[in-house]
Formats: sequence, C-alpha cells, structure tokens
Amino acid sequence: MERRHLLQVTAAALGATVLPAFAKPARAAGKIRIGLVAKSLGNGFFLAVDKGALEAAAAIGDVEVIFTGPTEPTADGQIAVIQSLIAQHVDAIAVSANDPDALVPICKRAMSRGIKVMSYDSAISPGGRIVHLADSSNALIGQTLDELAAAAAPGGVGKFAIVSATPTSTNQNAWIAAMKQDLPKYPGLDLVSVVYGNDLADDSYRQATGLLQKYPDLKVIVSPSSVGIVACAKAVEDAKLVGKVFVTGLGLPSECAGHVAAGSIKSFAIWNPIDLGYSVVEIAVDLVKGATGPGQSLPAGRMGNISFGADGVGVMAKPFVYDASNVRKFVKIF
Amino acid sequence: MLKSFFLRAPAVTGLSLLIIALLLSVSIAFPPFLDPVNLKSAFDDTALLMMMAVGEMFVLLTRSVDLSVAANAALTGMVVALFNAKHPGAGILPVLLISLVMGSALGAVNGLLVWKLRIPSIVVTLGTLSVFRGLVYIISGGAWVNSGQMSHAFLNLVRLPLLGINLLSWAGVLIAILAFLFLRYSLTGRNLYAAGNNPEAAAYAGIDVGRLQCVAFMLSGAIAGLSGYFWVARFGVAYTDVASGFELQVIAACVIGGVSISGGAGGVVGVILGALFLGIIKNALPVVGISPFFQLLISGLVITVAVALNSGTQRKTHGRHILESKKVTP
Repeated sequence: MERRHLLQVTAAALGATVLPAFAKPARAAGKIRIGLVAKSLGNGFFLAVDKGALEAAAAIGDVEVIFTGPTEPTADGQIAVIQSLIAQHVDAIAVSANDPDALVPICKRAMSRGIKVMSYDSAISPGGRIVHLADSSNALIGQTLDELAAAAAPGGVGKFAIVSATPTSTNQNAWIAAMKQDLPKYPGLDLVSVVYGNDLADDSYRQATGLLQKYPDLKVIVSPSSVGIVACAKAVEDAKLVGKVFVTGLGLPSECAGHVAAGSIKSFAIWNPIDLGYSVVEIAVDLVKGATGPGQSLPAGRMGNISFGADGVGVMAKPFVYDASNVRKFVKIF
Repeated sequence: MLKSFFLRAPAVTGLSLLIIALLLSVSIAFPPFLDPVNLKSAFDDTALLMMMAVGEMFVLLTRSVDLSVAANAALTGMVVALFNAKHPGAGILPVLLISLVMGSALGAVNGLLVWKLRIPSIVVTLGTLSVFRGLVYIISGGAWVNSGQMSHAFLNLVRLPLLGINLLSWAGVLIAILAFLFLRYSLTGRNLYAAGNNPEAAAYAGIDVGRLQCVAFMLSGAIAGLSGYFWVARFGVAYTDVASGFELQVIAACVIGGVSISGGAGGVVGVILGALFLGIIKNALPVVGISPFFQLLISGLVITVAVALNSGTQRKTHGRHILESKKVTP
C-alpha cells in the first residue's frame, strides 16, 4: 500500500495541470475501473462504443466505465486525458488513438504504474499497449462482402461488379483481394469488373452508370467505399433498376438509410460500435484479472473468444450487417 | 455581327466534327452507348459541366480566371442541403433563391477583390477556393447530408422529365441560351469582350474594366451556386468533396471550346461543344472497356489534342488579333 500511495501522489502531481486529481475519491475495493478514451467527444460512433461498454460493465458487474476523450480529435488532447486517467488511478485504459506513435510515451508511463493499456479501433504502436482490438480484418471484410453480394443476388446467382475507391487505395485493394480469394465458395457469383470511382460521388455514379449499360444482366454492385455505395445506389435508382440491381458494400447507417428505404440497397455492412465497446470492456477486464494478452485467446462474453496474435493484435468480428430491420436504430448513432 | 460568327465558325465546325468522330468511335466500341436512355443520362451529367463552363466563360472573356467555381458549388450545395434538412417543408423556391443569391455573393467576393484591390484573379480565386472548401467543413462539421434527410421535392426537381429530357438538362440548355443572348445583344455582354480583348482601349472607350470583371465573377458565382444545388440533388449527398477538382474540367471545357485564356475571344456555342466533348469522354470511358489505369491518361491526351487542334484553327481565323505580340498584360 505504501508504494501505491507514493505513486498516487506522483501521478496526481503529473495530472494536476489537467484535472484536480486529489478531489477524486480513492478506488473502491474490488471495483474495476476502466478509462475508455474516444478519438473525440460528441462523435456518434464513440457514444455507441460507450453504450456497448456500459452493457458489458453491467453484465460483468463491479466494473465502472469512465468514458472520456478530448473535444478535438488530436493526440495532444488524448495525452491530457490519459494523464488525468493515470491520476485517477484506473485499472485499465482503452484508447482509440488519434496518432499511433504520439501516445506511446504517456501509455508507457501508465503501464509502468500497473495500468493495463489497450487500444481499439485505431491502434497505438506496439510499445504503447498490451493488445489492440481491431474492428475487423481484411479477410473477414472480404468474406462479408462476398456474403452480401450472394445475399443480394437472387438465389445467389448472377453477375456482380465492384466499384472501389482509387486504384491505389491500400484498404480497398486488400479487401478486394480477400473477396477474390473467398469467391470460390460462391459458384453462382460471377465477378465481371472492378472499376474505380475515386471516392468521389460523381465519378462513382458515372462508373456505376457505365456498369449498368455495359452489363444489362448485372445483378449486384458491391462498393466497399462509403462514398461509392451511396453514389451507386443513386445511379441504380436513377436508372429505374431498383429491384433488378442491388447495391451493397461498406457504408454508414446514417448515409445508407435513405437508399435502404428506396430499395436500391438490401443490406450493407460496417463494424458495430456497440459490439466494439462491449468487447473492449470484456478484454480490459480479462487483462486486469491477470491475462497477459499477446498469443492468448481471451473470453469476451457474448462475442465469444477473441484471439490475439504474438503482435498483440486481435480481431473482434466480421463487419455487422445492417438491413431494413435494424438500420433505423443505428441512424442516430453514426 | 454575322461576319464575326462566320469568322469563329471554323473552330466550331472543327470541334463539331471531332465530337461526331468521337461519338462514332465510341458507338463502334460499344453500340448501346447511343441508346436514348444512355444519351439522356450522359446529357444530364454534361449539363452541370455545361452551365458551370458558361459561367467560367464570362470570367475568361475579361482576362480573368475563376478557380473557385467548384468550391463555390460545394459550399452553396452544402448550405442549401442543410437548409432543406432543417426546413423540409419550405419547398423548392427558397432553395433556388438561396443558391443563386449565395453563389453570386461568393462570386462578388472574388470580383470585388479583383476589381477594388487589383489582385490577379488567379491568386484571389486560389485563395477563395480553399476558403470556400474550408467553410464547408466548418458549417457541416465534416458530416454528410444524405439523401434520406433531403425532401422529395429537393431531390426530384432535377429529375423532372420534360419533353423527353430531365429538368437538369433543360437548365443547362436554358442557361446557355440566356448567356448567348446576353453576350450577343446586351451592352454589358458586348463590353465583356471589349474589356478582355483590349483593356486599355476599352478604358479609353469609357468601359470600366474592373466593374465588368466583378460582374463576370458574380455571374459565374450565381451559376456555380445553382449548379451546387443541382449537384447535391443529382448525386443525393452533400459532403466536403462535392465537385472536388471540377474547376479544372470547367476551364478545360472552355478552352476546348475556343475561349481564349488571354481574354476577349470565345462564345457560348464553342463552350457547349467543349462541355459535350468532355462529357462524352467521361461517360464513354467506363463502357468502352479501357483499363481504369489508362482512363486518366487517355482523357488527358484527348483533351490536349482537342485543345491543340482547336487553337490551331482559331489562330488562322483570328484576324482581329493583329497586335497580339505587343499585347499589354494587366
């Protein structure tokens, strides 16, 4: 207890510039306190993460979630916030990092005080965290996009095309490669073309219109770009092909809801922030309870077990699929 | 007047032939391109370019350039989208009014800086381009306005079918006709040519060159603002990158159409053909089966060739520019 007291004073002194840490009550015995740091406050995505975190905290019991973050999405702001969490002597800190490297020193300091530090959504570089929980992986995203294409094509049979962002966009290319790798599972699907809308609404719209002209029997357009998916949906609606051609891909519920209502999008996917917040708290509690992290498979309640590689990176799940039944619920979130 | 039209005619004829050749080669590579439904959609797409290029032409005629047209469209488009999302019941008239007034006000900012402070227009509009785009971020907070938040009337005005083509295409045609009449028959329109052709002589003739430049910027701004609304309604989304980089296509359409960058020469017919030429390329490239990696290069090459061909025919016919080499630049 003596050592802990000393640390508390040091940490408080460090944090004093940010927050009057002395005013905080001492840690209640047995209760696990987790600092959940957003990229910025007022961002709907992170409010949903907090919602999921509270769900996990209630399910586990004796867990307190301190949801916080800077007002602007900067690394400086997050450093100040983490300093104050150190001063409050939380048991674990989970951060969605605005900068992978800038946060490493402050997170190292937190870990040297015995606080379990992890990142989620946006990673901190390996030296600054024990584990990182990614929303999803390239392979899982590729698989999900194939599933969505198969679900959109009547009977899982027909031609489909991809409207990507730019030909050099790393993420998109990795996802498309994963789609192609997984495609043999769907013998009915025929990938006829990959075109590039450059993440611009007009270019994507034009490319989609070109696809509709070139392949009159096209069944599905997959766009793994949030700009692309809505532009393709608009192109299908304007070509009066709703019900004949379906658009799917990765998009945000608030941006796609109108097209789900119009019928051009049957279903689409993106990570589920509620599940993410839930998993973060489950994993953080595992770490506080003594799990070492890298190389382990850790239990995460209703999300099942999440395995972390030797590099400490774990993948939560496949992207979550949204359709007419649930999209309304998420529109206000992100 | 008739004589001047025929003097310009060879450039227009050359470009018309080029467009016909382009259409023919596209239809050989991909016959369904000439399907009326496809042509209608391509014309809708081109109408936006056409009207903004007509606006840009006014500015180019006065020896200025407006690089901020696309940013103006993005900002005005975002403002009307936010307005519509907040007041979906207000109908479409306020939206049209806001887009025109705000667009011309933004144009007036450019115009006044060029006129009163005598800053070169390329510098002014390079600055306001970033200012307008920056303002889109600030007023939207980086968030999108999506089609789900826009009212039915707001979205569907541009899609209103009228005598076979959509209202958006008609708007492009109407703006082109008005611009043609304005340049041909109004005193201000004629003076735009005079101010750009020889600013010093125009000043001696009692023409206020700066004021005309300001007028040209306001016209360009008003059309850009209106196009901003059309753009947002057509693509069903208002976001920070609306019409990103579009100013270059607008200027390219003018130059291909025979509008002189050094002012005083060019006409609406040429600009329309220039816009059609670019519009056909943009809509044909996705269907003719050229690798996406080559599309940018090819469209750039075709534009360069068109400009080279067109400026060649223009130089031969431009008897008026006998003092070109001694021309004083402002």
